Amino acid sequence: MLDRYARRRYVDVVVRAACVIATLIALIPLISVLYYVTRRGIGGINLAFFTELPKPVGESGGGMANAIQGTLKLVFLACVFGIPPGVMAGVYLAEFGESRFGKWVRFSADVMSGVPSITVGIFVYALVVLHEKHFSAFAGGVALAVLMLPTVTRTTEELLKLVPESLREAALGLGVPQWRATLRVMLRTAAPGIATGVMLAVARVAGETAPLLFTAFSNPFWSSGFDEPTASLPMNIYNYAVSPYEEWHRQAWSAALVLLLLVLLLNISARLLVRNRVGAR
Amino acid sequence: MSGASSQSKISRTNQRKGASGDDKSRWDEVSVSTLVPKMRTTDLHAYFGQAEVLKGISLQIAEKQVTAVIGPSGCGKSTFVRCLNRMHEVIPGARATGQVLLDKQDIYQGDVDAVRVRRRVGMVFQKPNPFPTMSIRDNVLAGLRLNGERPDDPDAVVEKMLQRVALWDEVKDILGRAGTGLSGGQQQRLCIARSLALEPEVLLMDEPCSALDPIATARVEELIHELRKSYTIVIVTHNMQQAARVANFTAFFYLGKLIEHDRTDVIFTRPKEQRTEDYITGRFG
Amino acid sequence: MNRRHTDREYEGELESLRERVLLMGAHVEEVLALAMRAYVDRNVLLARGTIELDSTIDQLELEIDEAAIQILARRQPVASDLRFITTTLKLVTDLERIGDLGVNICERVAELGADRSESPHDPIPRIADVAQGMVHDALDAFVAGDAVKANQVIDRDKAVDAYYAQLYPELLPRMMSNPNVVFESTRLLSIGKSLERLADHATNIAEMVVYMVKGQDVRHSGPASHQ
Repeated sequence: MLDRYARRRYVDVVVRAACVIATLIALIPLISVLYYVTRRGIGGINLAFFTELPKPVGESGGGMANAIQGTLKLVFLACVFGIPPGVMAGVYLAEFGESRFGKWVRFSADVMSGVPSITVGIFVYALVVLHEKHFSAFAGGVALAVLMLPTVTRTTEELLKLVPESLREAALGLGVPQWRATLRVMLRTAAPGIATGVMLAVARVAGETAPLLFTAFSNPFWSSGFDEPTASLPMNIYNYAVSPYEEWHRQAWSAALVLLLLVLLLNISARLLVRNRVGAR
Repeated sequence: MSGASSQSKISRTNQRKGASGDDKSRWDEVSVSTLVPKMRTTDLHAYFGQAEVLKGISLQIAEKQVTAVIGPSGCGKSTFVRCLNRMHEVIPGARATGQVLLDKQDIYQGDVDAVRVRRRVGMVFQKPNPFPTMSIRDNVLAGLRLNGERPDDPDAVVEKMLQRVALWDEVKDILGRAGTGLSGGQQQRLCIARSLALEPEVLLMDEPCSALDPIATARVEELIHELRKSYTIVIVTHNMQQAARVANFTAFFYLGKLIEHDRTDVIFTRPKEQRTEDYITGRFG
Repeated sequence: MNRRHTDREYEGELESLRERVLLMGAHVEEVLALAMRAYVDRNVLLARGTIELDSTIDQLELEIDEAAIQILARRQPVASDLRFITTTLKLVTDLERIGDLGVNICERVAELGADRSESPHDPIPRIADVAQGMVHDALDAFVAGDAVKANQVIDRDKAVDAYYAQLYPELLPRMMSNPNVVFESTRLLSIGKSLERLADHATNIAEMVVYMVKGQDVRHSGPASHQ
């Protein structure tokens, strides 16, 4: 009997060690990416990077101020076009999702989340760019929003469903109309989770390059408003990386680092924003 | 012992008895037929889809008294209580027919707004459900705020409601803390305060103590005893001893029908129906 | 009580309690029967022996009280069960007192010895008959849950009271005419008193049985309320 016990202890230790090792292996890509990008990119980070426009080939120096601004612009537009419809669709699915129509909506969202981003880019190209007869940040924002939409919808729906029905009942019991109970109680309770999901969607979308190829395109100068072709960090990384210039390669690494930090910042601020609503625990 | 001191003892006892509101001799004369009903149901039927869960319930709820609804699982007691504030129909596929009078008004009549009914007939649920995203203070005010009302002096409202549920002293320094940070019994009292903030006339309680430990239960029962002075209370409970402790009137439901409705002391000492007797003495199944 | 409790252990506890009450009742009836036989036969030995039986009765009272309180504490009985338990608690008090009164009678019989006056009419046996019958019927009513029978017992108390009231007027002339019979007559008065009180206790038992069966408290309300 003691032998069996000892054997079980041994198996326990082995499996545990295997789990730890597996976790470490899984962390390797993450850590190595962070480390490598930081190492290669940190050298090019200086004030100029954030404030100056790109210089012509051959001249050293210059920065990616316009690309940074462009990415921010595009992300902003993507949020404006993608979050409200996505959240509302999610609310609809959570409330009425069992109807025939609801099942079709859910199916479409699932399918859309698998559509390649370049296809979305071409779609928006045909829809917006051809119509407007020029590239624009607006088109880029629309493309990114379409990419975000399924994720936001499904996240909202799933998180709303996780909110206990007892809260809705409590609200109804207080004489609150159904729609207000959903929005101000259920949605509010699910908000932290939804914010997280949205931020994940935004973070994914901020780094997309393919859809921007045909919509926002690129711009060596500042773009004003939302109606002109816009530079963006992912596009610049692509363009600079495939170029033969060493200087541009360095800048591409720095751009990658900045993009990484931007995504990190988005995540953290989203968490902080929602946590402060409840007060100290 | 001299005669004088025993005389004074007798007069002091009589004085004490007269001072309390519950004079035993007058209570004995009260019966179901003499009570003033705050709510009355007439031939109430309730359905979940095709299944008939309540089969013609005609029951009066006495004003400013506690009425307990007891019965085995599935007898329809929760459904009945949910019909009293039109929460039953919130469930998809659920409907009810018949009359439910609140004072003299039928709340199931076509043009009556269910939402308004729920302002007058509040509800407390089995599992305490304070809103997790709100502080204790905001929870108490939630009913008002969610309806777009802004009380002139919210702090006064919060204090008054928390005093009424005997929670003020325990939480007055932590009003900013999340509602879910309290113990189960405190959460339930908070939910009661939240309902009371809307100044309902009737308070429905669906097994309010099921999730609480005995001490918290005792406090909620004490609270019910206090609240009776100002509100009409209907409490669903599967704990018969609780019904015996807390309620003035008790209604026994079985398989969707009302079997017996009488003063609690009558139900628990000499019930008229054999099925009532069998249920409360444990001779069922 | 035609259906059984779901909890069979509880059902068993109630059954056991009922059986013990019946046992106590049987002992009490036996004491009374023996006491009256000792009286009729003026059998001092029997009288003394009967006194010994009282300890069993007292012991049973203690056991029954204890068992009833246990059930109250652990089972929180309601309705008919509650009425049964409270009836039992009160009933055994009365039974125990009846046993003591039987002992009193035996003590008086022992004092009488072989003494028997030449008087033609002994008024005691007819009081004893009714009183013993009341005890017997009250216990039967308890077993059967028969409120009608119990009410009949309550009605018979009047007869006992009437017979007892006649006792003194009947014995007084005898005592006045013949001082030798004073000792005997006073003992007879005492026995008659014991029998009258015994009948009152039987009446109490019957009233409790009516409460147990119907939920009506008929004590202290006089004959008008009896149906």
